[in-house]
Amino acid sequence: MKRTVRLNVNGDARVIDVEIGATLLDALRDHAGLTGTKKGCDAGACGACTVLVDGRRVNSCLTLAVMTEGAEITTIEGLASGEELHPLQREFIEHDGLQCGYCTPGQIMSALGYLREGHPSPAEPAIIREWMSGNLCRCGAYPNIVAAIAAVAEPSRC
Amino acid sequence: MLTSYDRPGSVPEALRLRGSEGSYIAGGTELVPLMRAGIADFRRLVDLRWTDLPAAVHLAPDGMLVLGAAAKMADVAQHPAVRERCPVLVQALLASASPQVRNMATLGGNLLQRTRCGYFRDGAFNCNKREPGSGCPAQEGDHRRHAIFGGSPACVAVHASDLAVALTALDACLTLHGPEGERRLPLAELYLDPGETPWRETALAERELILAVEIPAEAMGASSAYVKVRDRAAFEFALVSAAAMVRLDAGRIAKVAIALGGVAPRPWRLHGAEARLIGQPLTEDAVAAALHVDFAAARPLRGNGFKVELARRAAERAMALAGGLGGVAGCRD
Repeated sequence: MKRTVRLNVNGDARVIDVEIGATLLDALRDHAGLTGTKKGCDAGACGACTVLVDGRRVNSCLTLAVMTEGAEITTIEGLASGEELHPLQREFIEHDGLQCGYCTPGQIMSALGYLREGHPSPAEPAIIREWMSGNLCRCGAYPNIVAAIAAVAEPSRC
Repeated sequence: MLTSYDRPGSVPEALRLRGSEGSYIAGGTELVPLMRAGIADFRRLVDLRWTDLPAAVHLAPDGMLVLGAAAKMADVAQHPAVRERCPVLVQALLASASPQVRNMATLGGNLLQRTRCGYFRDGAFNCNKREPGSGCPAQEGDHRRHAIFGGSPACVAVHASDLAVALTALDACLTLHGPEGERRLPLAELYLDPGETPWRETALAERELILAVEIPAEAMGASSAYVKVRDRAAFEFALVSAAAMVRLDAGRIAKVAIALGGVAPRPWRLHGAEARLIGQPLTEDAVAAALHVDFAAARPLRGNGFKVELARRAAERAMALAGGLGGVAGCRD
């Protein structure tokens, strides 16, 4: 059963026709042309699909597009300002926080959500690891991912 | 096959729209995977997030802590009133799932999650919950994660909610709203043991939903802790877990609650141990002796006998942490 849904993505209104049962992830990738968000497990277990909904990080494979109508959705495509990278994007490159890159958009969006959550000692590696535990990296780039996030959390530290 | 999605503006309207064929959805973290796995037939979705379903946490004048069923797990875990009064609840919530899931998932949905049994969740297998009488492959199959208490020849699945275990130790009570109106139900009476009818999982009437969770004042002002044991350090369900709450009076145990997770179709209160501990000093020896009889009643399966000792030690560890005797929780707070 299809339904016309209006999604606010990265500040733009996108009007799409989707099945009621379509996930936000599928709607973003297949209907809104935003393939930066990746499908890793499609079951909420890997975090590759992480986006922000109303500023909070969520798994887009675990919510339906129809459920996010009216919310502000931010994907990886919405981070840079023109040619200027977001600090997280810069630090992931600087600290080599990726190999294949498949988990990277989800890692960065999750890290952005993490930093906005305002945890105490946000640059502490143990704190970062605990609060990034919803994002898996099969290439094992974790040490560099943690370093990249720590660099943004406390710029004087790197 | 989904045919409708509705956003009712009130709880009574939600009940009406749900009818006999609908499914309530709130966070979506449980329902969306179930739908996409094709193991349940969802027709009509009734989204509860625009109703007046309580989503806040508040402290009642008599000291009772009231948690709205629509409250997100992440929000409850960081609420000052909860952090101050219920360490076991904060620890259980933060040991659950992942930050992303906790930002989406509600208390009500977490309590009503279906079992994680691999045979239940995969339509390629027979399962007495999904198809009554079709059999239970877990009995002789891969049952490392299954029950050592409360199971039956028809079903040995466990309930995976950490929140439910902590709330059980806190003597929580639910307020429900159904076609007959509102009623209260102790959480301890929510979950049904499988017996010969494993498809009957809760005491909820059709269309009934959870409005709020109440934690009595007497359960707070005590020391409490949650211990979760699992293969990975994060983002995994418990092999075994234990919630403990203890209050001392003149050096003797005046009130105590111990509940186990990951070992039964519902949180498993150790009533026998609790009765033995009242009036005792809080020592490791007293706890160990008190636990003996409850664990003698365990009925492990061929391949999960290790859980008996593991759960016993988790209970000891939770009591030690709650009582300030030291130890490592394997949890964060």
